[in-house]
Amino acid sequence: MDKIILIFKREYLTRVFKKSFLLTTLLTPFAILLFILVLGFIMTYDSDEKQTIKVSDPSNMMSGTIEESKGIFYEFTNNDLDDLKKEYVEKSDFSGILYIPKIEDIGTSSYTVFYYSDEKLSLDASSSISSKIRSKIKDYKIVQMGIDPTQLENLDTKVTLDPEPISEGVEDTSSMSTLVGSILGGIMGYLMFFIILIYGMMVMRSVMEEKISRIVEIMISSVKPFQLMLGKILGVGAVGLTQIIIWAILIPVFSIIAYTLLGIDSADIAATAGPGINVPPQIEAGITEDIYKVYNELGNLNWILILPLFLIYFIGGYIIYTSLFAAVGSAIGDDLQEGNSLTMPLMLPIVLAVYIMIKAVESPNSSLAVWSSMVPFLSPIVMPARLGADIPFWQIAVSIALLVLFCFFSVWIAARIYRVGILLYGKKASFKELGKWIFSKN
Amino acid sequence: MDILSIQNVVKRYHNHVAVDDVSFDIPKGKIFGLLGPNGAGKTSIIRIITTITRADAGKVLLDGEQISSRTPELIGYMPEERGLYKKMKVGEHLKYLGRLKGLSIKECDTKMEYWMEKFEIKDWYKKKIEELSKGMQQKIQFIATVLHEPKLLILDEPFSGLDPVNTNLIKDEIHRLNQQGTSVILSTHRMEQVEQVCERIVLINKGKKILEGQVSEIKNEHKDNIFRLTLDHEVSGDLKYKYNIIEEKSNLYFSLQDGQSSNDLLQELIKKGIGIKSFEEKLPSLNEIFIKVVQNKNQ
Repeated sequence: MDKIILIFKREYLTRVFKKSFLLTTLLTPFAILLFILVLGFIMTYDSDEKQTIKVSDPSNMMSGTIEESKGIFYEFTNNDLDDLKKEYVEKSDFSGILYIPKIEDIGTSSYTVFYYSDEKLSLDASSSISSKIRSKIKDYKIVQMGIDPTQLENLDTKVTLDPEPISEGVEDTSSMSTLVGSILGGIMGYLMFFIILIYGMMVMRSVMEEKISRIVEIMISSVKPFQLMLGKILGVGAVGLTQIIIWAILIPVFSIIAYTLLGIDSADIAATAGPGINVPPQIEAGITEDIYKVYNELGNLNWILILPLFLIYFIGGYIIYTSLFAAVGSAIGDDLQEGNSLTMPLMLPIVLAVYIMIKAVESPNSSLAVWSSMVPFLSPIVMPARLGADIPFWQIAVSIALLVLFCFFSVWIAARIYRVGILLYGKKASFKELGKWIFSKN
Repeated sequence: MDILSIQNVVKRYHNHVAVDDVSFDIPKGKIFGLLGPNGAGKTSIIRIITTITRADAGKVLLDGEQISSRTPELIGYMPEERGLYKKMKVGEHLKYLGRLKGLSIKECDTKMEYWMEKFEIKDWYKKKIEELSKGMQQKIQFIATVLHEPKLLILDEPFSGLDPVNTNLIKDEIHRLNQQGTSVILSTHRMEQVEQVCERIVLINKGKKILEGQVSEIKNEHKDNIFRLTLDHEVSGDLKYKYNIIEEKSNLYFSLQDGQSSNDLLQELIKKGIGIKSFEEKLPSLNEIFIKVVQNKNQ
């Protein structure tokens, strides 16, 4: 035990105090934040050129004004269309002429407005102009048809589906909680995927390095191969946890700092969410309300259950995969390239699990999701994705029991391969040989 | 008292027998040679002694006790395939290996100080292993092997890759440690090195023990009654006829047959008035003995 701790300490400290670790750990939250900000900036970016369009509206359907939008200013004029065209050619201090013909039939649902210019109209401007005119035409039609505007507004009904429990003792949820649960599940599933992959590879490379640098025989003349393997797996795992914890603290802190510094509030983010769509104010208010609900739902989630479970699946998945990656590392010769055929069988279930995880987010209680969250190779990635939804206790219990059992099993298998593999130099082992190692005596 | 006793040890791998019923004893406080060509089973035996692998049959006693999980702390082992963590600093690396052998931090510090002073490498303490030359790394490797003052030192091909200066440095240290009471096993396929260093040897080939004993005794047993002489005259025809003589540079090698003794030869030479400048029995080298024994076994 003392020796495992010594090995654990070395593996942990040499990694944590490496410059590259400090840099990635501290800079990644910055990078993520920067990425989000740049992305937000790009999405909300408006054409910064200002242009003026002269509007000829002989029948006064626009009632004399159209609001400026996306840098387009509308200037109403009583001049004849032909005069305007002449003016355009001679002066060219405006970009085009908008001609609005009279609607003959109020009941029509299609209508064409003409835009005269020698320059092409940008996609953005085109959609902005037509949307402005559409809303003006709507107002015009309302007046012409003699409809009461409030009545019209009341025609549009916002529908919320509220799931209510039948039996007592079942938690009352909202549909928002399902959405929040599945998004959260997806994030957790992906997080598990990346952690397993990155740290599995890290353990494998570290085992190979010990083999290639020939320190390994010196090590195992002092400690048992099993102790060396376990110390390494735990040490690297602790590095991973450290990184996650640092990020879990830094990312929210950085976000808050950045939001306050840049003066971005949640309404702005909501506006960013639907770029290009002309969001009516009442819906915009609805989005802000939804964001508030998301926060509310996040608060309502059973974190006391979810966090420890996530940790259990993290540790379980980590141990299963890294121990097997360690075994593979010991079986590879001096060349990393050779290892691809050996790492393949480990990569396959990980990738498979990610695809199942995506499906499990959509329907957490489908039989595919339920059964694959029992399989130890898949459950560490699939189960966290289901945690946001309510899942029966027995499923969690069976899944964790199998996970724990399989942890011991895979560590046992890995240790059997490892103890033989690390002492063989030169060539890569075949699967047949790995099988023999598992059953060979010490 | 023997520091190590190997009794009927067998080690099989799935397609061959690496150690085939080998027994030998290593007396305390001696430098012992474990010899054999590449692939003879030397490393397999060492790995059993150091508890890296387990024997399929037989017993190994270290200082009279069955080897156990505590054995590694009593042994200092420098494997043939050796290396260090390249990114670690010399000081922390030695401390790490010392701690794994059961030393406390304090013990590590005092012992490291002693050895680093001895090898004049105190200013390397904060250097990374990868900054050192290969010879320098070998020195660190040797210190790491002996830091915990093992009762038994096992060195597998210790001089491979060392320049003559460092070879002598390590040889001197081996002798010094031996004088202080450390038993040493030197495993090598370079038989000429063993002759200079070891008192006793065991010779292994294809997993089997083929020879064991004091180096001087083995040589005596396998000598061919050949004597090297340097004379001031040429030898006459009848002597050439009587003795089997091989001429090599200024030396003459007399191969004596049954019934002929070295004293008779000397008397005859003196009688003939031939001056004798030097006279020495030529003992076979271990290399020659090995080749002879293996050939005999194969016949």
